[in-house]
Amino acid sequence: MNLNLTLIGQLIAFTIFVIFCMKYVWPPISGALAERQKKIAEGLDAADKAARDLENAKSQIEDELKQARTQVTELLEQANKRSSQIVEEAQDKARAEAEKIMASAQAQIAQDAAQAREALRADVAKLAVVGAERVLGATVDQAAHKKLLAELADEL
Amino acid sequence: MALQNPTPSEYIQHHLTNLTYGYHPENGWSFAHGATEAAEMGFMAIHVDTMAWSIGLGIVFCWLFRVGAKAAHAGVPTGVLNFVELMVEFVDKSVKETFHGKSNLIAPLALTICCWIFLMNLMDLVPVDLVPYLFMVAGVDYMKIVPTTDVNATLGMSIGVFLLIIFYSIKIKGVGGFVGELTLQPFGKWMIPFNFLLEGVGLIAKPISLALRLFGNLYAGELIFILIALLPFYLQWFLSVPWAIFHILVIVLQAFIFMMLTIVYLSMAHEHH
Repeated sequence: MNLNLTLIGQLIAFTIFVIFCMKYVWPPISGALAERQKKIAEGLDAADKAARDLENAKSQIEDELKQARTQVTELLEQANKRSSQIVEEAQDKARAEAEKIMASAQAQIAQDAAQAREALRADVAKLAVVGAERVLGATVDQAAHKKLLAELADEL
Repeated sequence: MALQNPTPSEYIQHHLTNLTYGYHPENGWSFAHGATEAAEMGFMAIHVDTMAWSIGLGIVFCWLFRVGAKAAHAGVPTGVLNFVELMVEFVDKSVKETFHGKSNLIAPLALTICCWIFLMNLMDLVPVDLVPYLFMVAGVDYMKIVPTTDVNATLGMSIGVFLLIIFYSIKIKGVGGFVGELTLQPFGKWMIPFNFLLEGVGLIAKPISLALRLFGNLYAGELIFILIALLPFYLQWFLSVPWAIFHILVIVLQAFIFMMLTIVYLSMAHEHH
């Protein structure tokens, strides 16, 4: 094995290749790698944030749904109450009306009955007079027996 | 000097000889004809094949990663960018696990070492006779295509790392701190020569072991491929296939070890004791 100028030549070539690599190869590649690393980290961060946002939105939706549900229940309850109230009111009104109608009808009936009784009484008095005339064969002096007839009519 | 029916030792010798261009005492500047001439050239010679293949593979690395770097963006990666990012992330992770300071150099250095050495080691899996034969047909006698089986190549890189170790040691701790580290431990100031000997050996051992580990592994692997190639052809696949599969592990592992040790040494240079 001879040691010779090759050694120096190799040393020079080595130096040149190292300098080339240092100047033109390493910086762009390691720069790109670092940048990609940053980008990926940012992307992961964004994904995390999006996931968190989604979670938040979900819980918000849940809250709102719950609220809406309670509202609906409340409204339903209110409506039910209101409707039963309305029905009750209508019932009350109807009952009052019915009572009123019944009362007026009863009053009418009572009046009619009283009238009828009055008419009947007059008729009875008349009939009594006619009957008595027939029996007696003579005219009954109404004026003379007026008192008697009134007593009779009152008895009816 | 194409060999006709070489003996096994000639064959091995041929496969282990680099294409050398240098200053020969008798022939002047010329290509060496054979290992002896190459040895006679001494230090003033250059392994043309090692340089060409290593620089070519280095350019392949730079081109591939430059394509990736140009395509780099923060969106969804595709194609080459995927592969390049995979490598960059792997190296970056290794560096961050070991080196805790801040440096713009160490990570690209580690990436270059890892990929370049891997590519050079990968040439080991090319059939040992293929490329040398093609070059021989073209008139070039010697061609070793695995630069990391040349100790000059591995030592060149480890010396680069060694210079960086010294540079960072002085930059971080100052000249005094570095000298103190070399001389004042482990035994205190009354044992300075002994401390210096210990620490100096430790320091020098770093680049040497770095270079020789890689060189030794790949050289041995290459040698075994060459030895297998000497067997009758109906036996070769029986051994070369398992060895090649095993070698896939070795070439990746050695590239990784060179990278990891570089990071460790440099992070040690950054630390105060």
